[in-house]
Formats: sequence, C-alpha cells, structure tokens
Amino acid sequence: MKLTELFTDGRFVITSEAGPPKGVDTSKMLEDVDLLLDRVDAFNVTDQQSSVMRLGSLAASYLLKQRGAEPIFQLTCRDRNRIALQSDLLSAYAMGVENILCLTGDYVSLGDHPDAKPVFDLDSISLIQTVKTLEEGHDLAGNDLLGTPDFCIGAVVSPGTDPVEPQIIKMENKLRVGAEFFQTQAMYDLDQLNDFVKKVDHLDVPILGGIILLKSAGMARFMNRNVAGVHVPEHLINRMEEADDRAATSIEIAAELVKGMKDLCRGVHIMALGWEKWVPNVLDEAGL
Amino acid sequence: MLVSEQKPIEEILHSLEGEKAIFLLGCHGCAEASHTGGEREVRAMKAALEDEGKTVSGWTVLDFLCQKALVKTGLQPFRKTIANSDSLLVMTCGVGVQAVAAVVDKVVHPSTNTLSMGGAQGTWPGSERCGECGQCLLDYTGGICPITACTKSLVNGICGGMRDGRCEHQPDVRPCGWYLIYERLKKLGRLDKLRELPGALDYAKTEPPKDLRSTTFWELEQGKGQMERVA
Repeated sequence: MKLTELFTDGRFVITSEAGPPKGVDTSKMLEDVDLLLDRVDAFNVTDQQSSVMRLGSLAASYLLKQRGAEPIFQLTCRDRNRIALQSDLLSAYAMGVENILCLTGDYVSLGDHPDAKPVFDLDSISLIQTVKTLEEGHDLAGNDLLGTPDFCIGAVVSPGTDPVEPQIIKMENKLRVGAEFFQTQAMYDLDQLNDFVKKVDHLDVPILGGIILLKSAGMARFMNRNVAGVHVPEHLINRMEEADDRAATSIEIAAELVKGMKDLCRGVHIMALGWEKWVPNVLDEAGL
Repeated sequence: MLVSEQKPIEEILHSLEGEKAIFLLGCHGCAEASHTGGEREVRAMKAALEDEGKTVSGWTVLDFLCQKALVKTGLQPFRKTIANSDSLLVMTCGVGVQAVAAVVDKVVHPSTNTLSMGGAQGTWPGSERCGECGQCLLDYTGGICPITACTKSLVNGICGGMRDGRCEHQPDVRPCGWYLIYERLKKLGRLDKLRELPGALDYAKTEPPKDLRSTTFWELEQGKGQMERVA
C-alpha cells in the first residue's frame, strides 16, 4: 500500500521507525514493530542510520513486509553509487516494497566507520530523479527495463535549520522532481514549525511532523549540541530534568507535540529510538 | 600548493628496513612551507635516523622536487654519494617522490603523505578551490565550487547537516559550502540559480583522457637525454 493513498483518504497519517540491528538477529526489531503494528500506518526502515554499519534496510524492509507491516525503505547515497542504487530500487519493488524515502545520507565521519570511502555519486535530488527515470521504463543510461517499478517517493526537510530558506528551496526542488510526501527532522518548537508550514503553504504536498521521544535531559542537550536542525527548548529540558518518571514526562511532551502537529501537518513521524513500547501511550494521550 | 604531512617515524623506519646508507632529499618549495621537507626537517630526520643506527650518506634540499629537470640538475653533484647509498628518503609531495624516482635507479621512499594537490590552483594557492570535475558549476553556484566547498561534494543544494553555517563534519574548520553558496547568491540577488539543478554529475568527465592530462611538457620529456639516469 502506498502512503499517498492514505493521504488522499484525508486521514492523519502516523509513521514510525524500525532500526535494523548490528548483526543478524532481527527478533528485537520485529518485536518492536509488532508492538506498533495496529497503531502505525508505516515504518521507516533506516539505512545505516548516522553512518553506523548495520543490517541493510532493503532486507529489513522485506522482513517487515512479511510481518504484515508497511515499510518505507530508506536509501541514502552515502554507500552506493548509481548502479547499486538503481539495482536496490528494482530489488525493492520486485519484493513488494512500494514506499521509499530518498536521502543524501550523513557523512561517514558521524558513524562507526569514519575511515570508509564516502560515495555520494548521487544525492537526494538526483536519487529522486533516478527513481522517476526508472518509473519511465529505463535506467539512467537509457536502457529499457523489463517491467517498471511504481513507487511512492518520500523525502525529508529540516524546518529547524537557520537560515531555513535554502532548506525550503531544496524542498521545492525535491517536490518538482518527484517527491510525494515529506517527513521533517524532529521538531520540539511548534511555533517554529508553524512558521515553516506557513512559508511552504504554496506547496501542495503532505508533510509529516517529526518527533523523537526524549529519554532524558542529557539526551536533549546532546541533540542540541550535535544534531543539526534539532533544537529542544530549555523548558522541555527542565521538565525532563525534574521528572520523577521520565517515561511519563516523555510521553506527555510527545503527546503535546502530536496534538499541536494535528493542526499543522498531515501526519506525524515518531522516532522512538528503543522506546517503541511507549508510542501507543503517546498516541492515546494525543487522542489518536 | 601541494600540502603534505610527515608519516609516522615508525612507518618511515619500517620502509627503510634492511637498508643502511640513506640519502635524504628535501625541497625548498611546498614541503618547506608544510614543514615536512625544509632544511630544518631534513636535519631532524638525519638525527632521528642516526639515532636508529642508520647512516645518512648525504643530504640536500633542492628547488624544487616537483620539477623533474631541476631534480636531475640538482642531484648531479651527488651522483657518487647516491650511487653508494642504499636508498633515498624523499621528504616532499608525491609528485616530488615520483620525479626523483624518474631520474635515479635507486629505491625511493616517501616520508610524507600528500594531503592535497593544491598545486593545480594557479596563482591563488591559498586553498583547494577547483575540483577538476570537467563540468564547471560555478555559474550556478555563485562562483563557489560545490565539489571542493561541500564535504560531500553535493551539486544539488544543501543537506541537513548544516549548523550555524558550519558543516557537521569538522565544524571547527569547515564552513558549510552550500551555506556559503546560498549567502553569496542571496547577496547577488540570484537565488533563482538554486532552481537550476545539474542532476547527476558525469563522473566519466572527472577522469580526463590521457592527452588532456599530459601537457606539452610530456612531449619534451620523451626527448633524447631525458631517460638517462643520474646514478
């Protein structure tokens, strides 16, 4: 099922994340997916997130599909050249994966193999162009395909970046070349998200607001220092710091964000980072 | 400028294993500026090798090792010394090491790692500016090369890794190239340029054909006398 079909139904779409393991034991990942199967429309399957080597997002997407979950196959341009990217796209479609998220990818120095050769033969824009080319029935070299894929193409935008204008220009470019929905970087400031949404009001495309569950005040400060585009306001950090029950406070904060995003976005993308079991509570509190 | 850094001394000693008499060669050009092959570094290397029981058969610092003809001339006075040495330790860039190797029939060891071929930067050698991609994008990027200015060499706009105008890879020393491009185009009133997407680069063009890589000097090098050895 394509995510775009859900948007045309007019419903508030909920996506979450499945993180493939470092290793071959996929049981934890699939158990986490099971916890959310009835509450979430689709799962982003991360592609060696933060440049940390893991089991591949294509194989994990297939495993999710077998489990009855709807995967959004993330693919980055960091580790594969255009030959491998096109091949993986064909493989994904042949295995029934219809939703993809096209990313440039983090630089290799952010992960656990900083000595690796970064590829970046393509980037998020030229990757979307590549998908569209495959959908027209031929590859980047102009050779005909035996059977053509038909994907629902997602992309990302980071509304918390200052200045935000180059982000918006890139978002417009992604939309122009074929993106069909957007997920945002994690947002903790609804006013900032509101400003952003107003600035992109002229774009007719569904946006899912990003939320990362806060696990502690320390995690919030770490993200503020190290994750581009993420800013957790001081009052939320204080709430986490003063919390007797951190999980309860985290759920409360996330639920407030989801509620706020209901008025601003067409859906939410919740990144639980190991706290999958609390996501149903967030959705309950947010009235979803 | 060709930027180099000295290899760890362990690596250098490993490369000299089994050899006794070593001839040291420094360069008054970029290697001196990089503090990897000026007279001071050559003297320090001589002391370090002697501490390790090596014999330094001789040394010199030339102008400039990246020019084969100059290397050949400069080494003439040392022909006998070099002939009686086991090897040469060349304390300069990869070009210099290859130039020395081209004029002596002796083992040649590099003492440095070449970090940047900034030597192709014309008479504005302060930084590496051109990525030699063979499909110049400067018109659409406001005169700032995205191949060299962006860590990922992205050509279709900014990624999500910019903070406070810096690249999340080495933020202390690296501005975000696409932030610089954006600011420049904004200043010029040409942000519309960012809507002209070059798409995928043609990497076949980044590897120029041999006839373009070799210059007219290559032909001169084929001339008589060029193939003779100094030692």
